[in-house]
Amino acid sequence: MAWHVAARADEVPENEVIGVVVDGEPVALYKLGGVLYATSNVCTHEFALLSDGYVEGDCIECPLHQARFHIATGEVRAAPASEPIKTFPVKSEGGQILIELPEV
Amino acid sequence: MARDETFVIVGAGQAGGRAAEAMRAVGFAGRVVLIGEEPSLPYERPPLSKAVLTGDRPASTVELLPPGFYAQKGIEALTGTRVEEIDAAARTARLSSGRTLGFTKLLLATGGRVRTLPFALPGMPGIFYLRTLAESLALGAALRKAKRLVVIGGGFLGLEVAASARKLGLAVTLLELKPHLLDRAMAPEIAHFIAEIHRRKGVELHLGANVIGIAGKEKLAAVELAQGTRVDADLAVVAVGIAPNSELAAAAGATIGNGIVVDEFGRTSLPDIYAAGDVADHPNPILGHRLRLESWQNAQNQAIAAARAMCGVGTPYAEVPWFWSDQYEFNIQMVGAPLKTDEIVVRGEPASGRFLCFNLAGNVVVGATAFNMGGEIRFARKLVELKARVERRILSDGTKKLRDVVAALSPSPA
Repeated sequence: MAWHVAARADEVPENEVIGVVVDGEPVALYKLGGVLYATSNVCTHEFALLSDGYVEGDCIECPLHQARFHIATGEVRAAPASEPIKTFPVKSEGGQILIELPEV
Repeated sequence: MARDETFVIVGAGQAGGRAAEAMRAVGFAGRVVLIGEEPSLPYERPPLSKAVLTGDRPASTVELLPPGFYAQKGIEALTGTRVEEIDAAARTARLSSGRTLGFTKLLLATGGRVRTLPFALPGMPGIFYLRTLAESLALGAALRKAKRLVVIGGGFLGLEVAASARKLGLAVTLLELKPHLLDRAMAPEIAHFIAEIHRRKGVELHLGANVIGIAGKEKLAAVELAQGTRVDADLAVVAVGIAPNSELAAAAGATIGNGIVVDEFGRTSLPDIYAAGDVADHPNPILGHRLRLESWQNAQNQAIAAARAMCGVGTPYAEVPWFWSDQYEFNIQMVGAPLKTDEIVVRGEPASGRFLCFNLAGNVVVGATAFNMGGEIRFARKLVELKARVERRILSDGTKKLRDVVAALSPSPA
């Protein structure tokens, strides 16, 4: 596991999602109630970027077919997806957002 | 809830599968028997005309619920089995296996079957229909060996098949009887954008084309039009809609309209017999009229609503109709009842491939279609739900966020 810089801390607005690519991995970064979260940015149902979707409460809704995932755990909350999305450890340090990715 | 109760679900498609799941989810402890004619357990149909057809997705990925789900939840799944007759008074169902099954309550999720053309029936050389997984796999294999495809029918299914066939490299001609594509689904002004997409992708579109026959004995040679023209083809896919499977219900004495007539809880006119999904003629309180929907959303959510009502925890089913289609790189999503339209307002630049069309009836937003802007559909749906009156210049102004337009209308956004 290694920590990677994903974005500047001020780049993620409250209750929003942004898409970044970290070490080749498409990652969605969220801020909910001041807390940062990071998940895979690709829906597990069909290819779509979750960062083009919509944050509803503690879930992210895919723009393609409206599958919904729990941001903190990656669990599926609404079909048509059935596989969870990956989540990554995330922290804010020195004005930067860092996420931890498995070593390839 | 009594353990000695038996709930029978007739039809093991998306509606039947989700209903069984929902019964267990609300704690129903009795017997659940799910009966389907097809050899497979419930699966999702949307990929059958897209990724499964092109071979991009294996057939195993369309299963509705994970393997082992039915056993784990104590759901008895009888595949390859037909219900021949229902005796509503005796509360029994006679199965094709010869068994007779007693029930406490029964859900009809019998779906629909393809409408056929008398001169191009299923099983004739080169003639394909598409409704089931088996048909998708057979058509996909045939497409990979063919060069020229004719699609008969310019509805969503025909258009998705055309897009998939183009992806596989076939020359595709699409024949539609009406002067516009998607005649039953959307306003001509919006269907026009979809026609343009297909023309740009190389599909030869013939609108107002009246197919009267086929030529070729051992194998298909051509499709014949009333105008006297012939369109040469190796394969023809007939996609002219489905008819609701309401005969079983009719024979049992249920009221039939455009399908099996149900109320907002999925109840038919017969006590303790419910219906849901493609077969159900149901009221929509948001739209203010009855309708029968052939959509993923309705198959799933109306079935869940009916299942919950069967378990005594029902709430009226009331959702804005929502539908999606994927063709080429276009994700097209529709909400509302876009047929009752006086005017179309376009937001964004159609040439960019990302835009929205709003359907207005009078000054009220009654529907919307999004091209590659699925993220906006939730706000469009809200406008339909609120029966919002929004000025045309605001609807067409793509520089303002739709989310803010909705927020300005209602106290709590989306």
